[in-house]
Amino acid sequence: MKKSANTGSNVLALILLGLLMVIWHLIAEYSRIQKFLPSPAEVVNTLVEVMPLLKIHIWTTLKEAMIGFFISIILAVVIAVFMDNIKLVKKAVYPLLIVSQTIPIIALAPLFMLWFGFGMLPKIIVVVLVCFFPVVISLFAGLSSVDEDMVNLLKSMGANKLQIIGNAKIPASLPFFFAGLKITATYSIMGAVIGEWLGGDKGLGVYMMRVRHSYSYDKVFAAVMVIVLLSMVLFKIISVIQTLSMPWQRKNTEV
Amino acid sequence: MNTCQSRAKLKVNNIEKSFGDIKVIKNVSISLVENEFVSLLGLSGSGKSTIFNIVAGLLKPDSGHVIIDDEDYTGKTGRVSYMYQKDLLMPWKKVIDNVCLPLVIKGEKKKDARDKASSFFKLFGLEGFEYKYPFQLSGGMRQRAALLRTYMFSRDIMLLDEPFGALDAITRAKMHVWLQDILRGLDTSVLFITHDIEEAVFLSDRIYILSDKPALIKEEIKVGLERPRKKEIITSDIFNSIKAHIYGSLE
Ligand SMILES: Nc1ncnc2c1ncn2[C@@H]1O[C@H](COP(=O)(O)OP(=O)(O)OP(=O)(O)O)[C@@H](O)[C@H]1O
Ligand SMILES: [Mg+2]
Repeated sequence: MKKSANTGSNVLALILLGLLMVIWHLIAEYSRIQKFLPSPAEVVNTLVEVMPLLKIHIWTTLKEAMIGFFISIILAVVIAVFMDNIKLVKKAVYPLLIVSQTIPIIALAPLFMLWFGFGMLPKIIVVVLVCFFPVVISLFAGLSSVDEDMVNLLKSMGANKLQIIGNAKIPASLPFFFAGLKITATYSIMGAVIGEWLGGDKGLGVYMMRVRHSYSYDKVFAAVMVIVLLSMVLFKIISVIQTLSMPWQRKNTEV
Repeated sequence: MNTCQSRAKLKVNNIEKSFGDIKVIKNVSISLVENEFVSLLGLSGSGKSTIFNIVAGLLKPDSGHVIIDDEDYTGKTGRVSYMYQKDLLMPWKKVIDNVCLPLVIKGEKKKDARDKASSFFKLFGLEGFEYKYPFQLSGGMRQRAALLRTYMFSRDIMLLDEPFGALDAITRAKMHVWLQDILRGLDTSVLFITHDIEEAVFLSDRIYILSDKPALIKEEIKVGLERPRKKEIITSDIFNSIKAHIYGSLE
């Protein structure tokens, strides 16, 4: 039942997407901005054409995004577990985390180039700064979501902190954690691209800057399309991992 | 039942407890003899669960002691098993892993723990559901699974806090007969919380009646009904006269 509902909503989304494509096409063909706006068909053609050249850029961006993504996860897990277990840490760190989100990273990013050079490091740092927050907040919410009585029950059995974390806290927090990861996966690609805009010699962001300077807007859009596809694939991969790691949530399948 | 001569398994001596300025438990003493079934009967919010939390060692009393097998266990967890008002089965663990959780916590290997637990599934009416998840069980089965988990933890003393409170009346009546029957085969002393008079009379050897805020023991009643008790007993005259007496005492 759930499955058919899902397929239904996918069909609706596809119909809407098709509609938007038609509108895009009409604007690109007939409006005043047509000079700066390639049509969807042109973009796809260009994408196929430049693909061999794009591969190295895709690979670089993906590498930066994934390294940053995993560093964020590790950092977030460590900090969320500490905040959950030690009240003092929570009181000290949580407000700072919130405040840190008001810092405009785009404004700071150019400085990273000065501090860390033009290699992969500053890009990875941007990715971590963008990704870390949603994971840590969602994981912390998940860890605190566990039923206090369940923790007490484990305590009454003589369980230690690690056993409580492993048997109750972590499994209870998984849905929250994965919700955070899905957002983060898409942010990670964006973070890497933003980092690349500021300089470097490889990556989708670098490529976008170059082709923009040569007024090849179809190529800009081709890069955008690649970014969208990459983000969607990552999102899907995380969804699949989520389903696999939480078999108790698959209520409709016989286990 | 002639319980007076047997050894006291559990003794709660003169415990007191306040939350802030409000005194919740006042000078409560309880004893539980081997293989005895004793109920604490009191109105909602009278402090029954608080007493259990103290016996289980999760809360420290302001004064008084919890003695188990002549040893002082005040404020120490891990000795008696405790079943909460909610079943608290972990949705992410299969039924068998929920049930053998206490053994795993004690450091047993998962496989050994599963072997030990699975031999009880038939007795507890859970056969065939070992590898299901809790959401696939009915309400009555969930309670039985939670009770089996409680039993796996400590066989000699079990604290049951309104284990059947969430069940419908018919399922609950069935569970009463079932519980009595399996307890006869197990070597267990039970301390039981309820606010249901009929449940208390049907299941118990003795009943402590608690007063409301602060909880203190108003009366101790011996239920002299023969075992095994059949479910028809609830319409008998003695049963009703005990019920009437308790009702008067609670008022
Ligand atoms: N940790 C706590 N802090 C403050 N007050 C508490 C705490 N635990 C319980 N109380 C209060 O103590 C009183 C007794 O609570 P308790 O849960 O022991 O009652 P109960 O008899 O088990 O009730 P019920 O039948 O509804 O389960 C209640 O008024 C409750 O609000
Ligand atoms: Mg209670």
